Amino acid sequence: MKINISKIIIFSFVIFSLFVFWQGLKKNNSYDTKNLIGSKISSFKLSEINNNEQYISQEKLKQNKYTLINFFASWCAPCRIEHKYLLSLSRESKKIKIIGVNFKDKKNNAINFLEELGNPYYFVGEDLDGKASISFGIYGIPESILVDNELTIIKKIVGPIDQSQYEEILKLIK
Amino acid sequence: MLSNIGIGLVTLVLVLSFLTIYTATLDLKTSSQTIKKSIYKLSLFQTTFTILSFLTLIIGFLNSDFSLVNVYENSHSEKPFFYKIAGTWGNHEGSLLLWINILVIFSYLFLVFNHTHDKKFRLYTLIFQNTLILGFLFFLLSNSNPFSPIYPIPLEGLGLNPILQDPALAIHPPLLYVGFVGCSIYFSAAMASLLSNYGGKLFAQSIKTWVKISWCFQTLGIIVGSIWAYYELGWGGFWFWDPVENASLLPWFAITALMHSLIVLEKRNTLYHWVVILCLSTFILSVIGTFLVRSGILNSVHTFASDPSRGVYILIFLSLMIFSALTIFFTKHKKEKYNFNLKSKETFILANNWFMAFFLVTVLIGILYPIFLDVLTNMKISVGPPFFNIVIIPLVVPFMFLMAIGPKFSWIKSQNKISYKSIFPIFGAIGINLFIFYFFGEYSLLSNLIFITAIFLILHSFLDIKKNISKKNIYQLPRIISHLGFGLLVFFIGINHQFSLEEDFNLKVGEIKKTDNYEINFQDIKIKERKNYKAIVGNFELTNLKKNLVEYLEPEIRIYSNPETLTYEAAIKTKITSDLYLTMSNVSRSDYYNIKFQNKPFMVWIWISALMITFGGFMQLSLKKNED
Amino acid sequence: MKIKKIIFIIYFSFSLLQASENKSELLEIYKNLRCLVCQGQSIADSNSDFAATVKLVVQDLLEEEKTKDEIYAFLISKYGEWIVYQPTFSKSNLLLWILPYFIFIVGGLIIFLITRKSKNNKAN
Repeated sequence: MKINISKIIIFSFVIFSLFVFWQGLKKNNSYDTKNLIGSKISSFKLSEINNNEQYISQEKLKQNKYTLINFFASWCAPCRIEHKYLLSLSRESKKIKIIGVNFKDKKNNAINFLEELGNPYYFVGEDLDGKASISFGIYGIPESILVDNELTIIKKIVGPIDQSQYEEILKLIK
Repeated sequence: MLSNIGIGLVTLVLVLSFLTIYTATLDLKTSSQTIKKSIYKLSLFQTTFTILSFLTLIIGFLNSDFSLVNVYENSHSEKPFFYKIAGTWGNHEGSLLLWINILVIFSYLFLVFNHTHDKKFRLYTLIFQNTLILGFLFFLLSNSNPFSPIYPIPLEGLGLNPILQDPALAIHPPLLYVGFVGCSIYFSAAMASLLSNYGGKLFAQSIKTWVKISWCFQTLGIIVGSIWAYYELGWGGFWFWDPVENASLLPWFAITALMHSLIVLEKRNTLYHWVVILCLSTFILSVIGTFLVRSGILNSVHTFASDPSRGVYILIFLSLMIFSALTIFFTKHKKEKYNFNLKSKETFILANNWFMAFFLVTVLIGILYPIFLDVLTNMKISVGPPFFNIVIIPLVVPFMFLMAIGPKFSWIKSQNKISYKSIFPIFGAIGINLFIFYFFGEYSLLSNLIFITAIFLILHSFLDIKKNISKKNIYQLPRIISHLGFGLLVFFIGINHQFSLEEDFNLKVGEIKKTDNYEINFQDIKIKERKNYKAIVGNFELTNLKKNLVEYLEPEIRIYSNPETLTYEAAIKTKITSDLYLTMSNVSRSDYYNIKFQNKPFMVWIWISALMITFGGFMQLSLKKNED
Repeated sequence: MKIKKIIFIIYFSFSLLQASENKSELLEIYKNLRCLVCQGQSIADSNSDFAATVKLVVQDLLEEEKTKDEIYAFLISKYGEWIVYQPTFSKSNLLLWILPYFIFIVGGLIIFLITRKSKNNKAN
């Protein structure tokens, strides 16, 4: 009997492991930080791009029903492509406000970028060395985080916002 | 045309494999003591056509015949001759054909060289081996065919990836495959031995040469891969506990354990079932490794382009293999009586297996845990070098100690006198360690123990060599050399790890960085146009402040146009006493360059020690032949 | 005077040791962090932009006298556990850390039982 039990255990373990391998094949092995949805963003302080005396912190964001924090740069090509969605969202200003964080960029280039394409942001923060973005859990440009009035992350978009993500955001802010 | 020839040859091999299984099954039932001549002929034809099919693929690469998808995707008319050939096995489909070649060649050689052994045993081995061959042939023909045609025929190939054009990288796969795939033959032999009740000493003798061959090539393959990683990948390391590296290490632990247990099986006719389990596990681990690497289930620096359909196929093949092995083992398993005295060589070899099993299980758990966690709880974690180092290194200490004193014990039972004399080198080891600690720098308790046991093993081995040479006995030398190599390897890795200097900083052209021991002058940047790339070459003047020595290093950033890639070439100066290592990469949108500088003492001795381990293995193979 | 000199030398060499220890702690942290945009490289080995930024953040945190574990905890809260190569000592990773040693002990037990059995056999 002893040997039979160990045989059953070994067979079940093998079947279980092979099943896990099979399921593992279906999983996407590249990592994105989507698992951080549901956590809160931590305290931060971003200085304004034109006037370093002015700044914004997490407390100010609590006044908005929803805030979209968008990380962009003038040297980033996909940022140009997603910009129209940001402009469109900025017109829904009753429900959602957009903050821009200018990542590792030159002030004048950023200003020219916004003059050329339009400015959807009610505040443009600067992040010259990229360190502030790390405290938001950013790893690629462009990237956007949607938070509610309690600063809980409800959506993370890595890469440029496309049509389907734009529509999702609209649904979430209703 | 070539496509048809290739597919035709492979199909022919398929048919011959079926015929071999069929005739062998029939021959099992005859009362004759010798194997039918026709089976030998079938095997010979099978081997010939398999090799021809591989040559066909090589010809396709050499002629830059882009009518084959495989050649189109992995070669280029401007690729140098040697790398065109190497391109044959540097891709998934071609390497699969190489697998099949090794399976077939080993099948034939095993048949021919074991003619003194039991007929049923050899026939069963042939049947199981050919079943494996059929499995791989089906995989090749249905999913990963290197001879798939493409129409219209493209004018030029895609495969000019510069990283793959390196001599070490070119020979690394074939070396590893002889190891990985070579263990298929003793998988089949183990199954055969269970079914034909051919165990014990004779079974051990039939497979021992094959185990040793696969061990030597597996070890060499792993070493060459590490040397390539060190010189080519630009991070100054040689082992990253990357899933693909670990996949090659798993069979290595099993083969090493098996090699040692075979000695016991042959000498004392015991441990048969454990040896069978090891034989079965080794090839199963190879296939698990292949599954992990080729299916895309893991994220690694060196994955092949991955494809889930491959994963499904390999998984099905793996499942069939494991279930048939388990079924046959459990049906034929008989309780074995063990008669081991604590102070005997057998027990120490068992201890070796114990540690090998531990190392194997640790690496296996390290690779598989993130997969299981992800599937079961949707949590993604990383298991990297710190895990493996923390868990494994402490146990290397007792392992090396046992490695030194184990061989001193006799078979069955030892006298006490022998064990006490072996402990004397411990004092020498403690002394040398204290010397290093005092004069060169402090390190942790664990490092102290590592150094002491490594030096203990080294001293022991030197004493052993002296004794054996004075007695004119060369048969122990291979074992001593391999064990000595292992001790030296751990010792030099320890020294390298403890006393390496590493700096990571940003510098502009013309600036000088001063550290405690070095002054690094970023003199200038030159742009050079070479054959198929543009090189940005940095000129660095390094002054060793302590020794007042000046050296020059020239790391490069290479910009290739076809395909568009960027590589970073480290400047490495290899000397007997240390290596100097410098990499340079540009910081985007800035004038700064990120510089990584390392001084690695005794780096080249790590390679020498590792090669010594392999040398011992090869030496034993050639000695045994003379013995016969 | 001699005693003062000796104390000075000891203090100086220890401070040098500390300086190089700080450097080596920095590199140790770099090596334990995973580059999110690379295929299996650490922050120490990667030449990517992301790696460069993370290095700056880690340097800042070290200057603020944060410990290694605090730095890891900070980055884990931003990026998830995937970013550290050393798995955390948490409940979910319990099996990972314990299973290898458990198997080692089991193996030792088996060998112990085998050699003990034969002692009994010999006695009989």
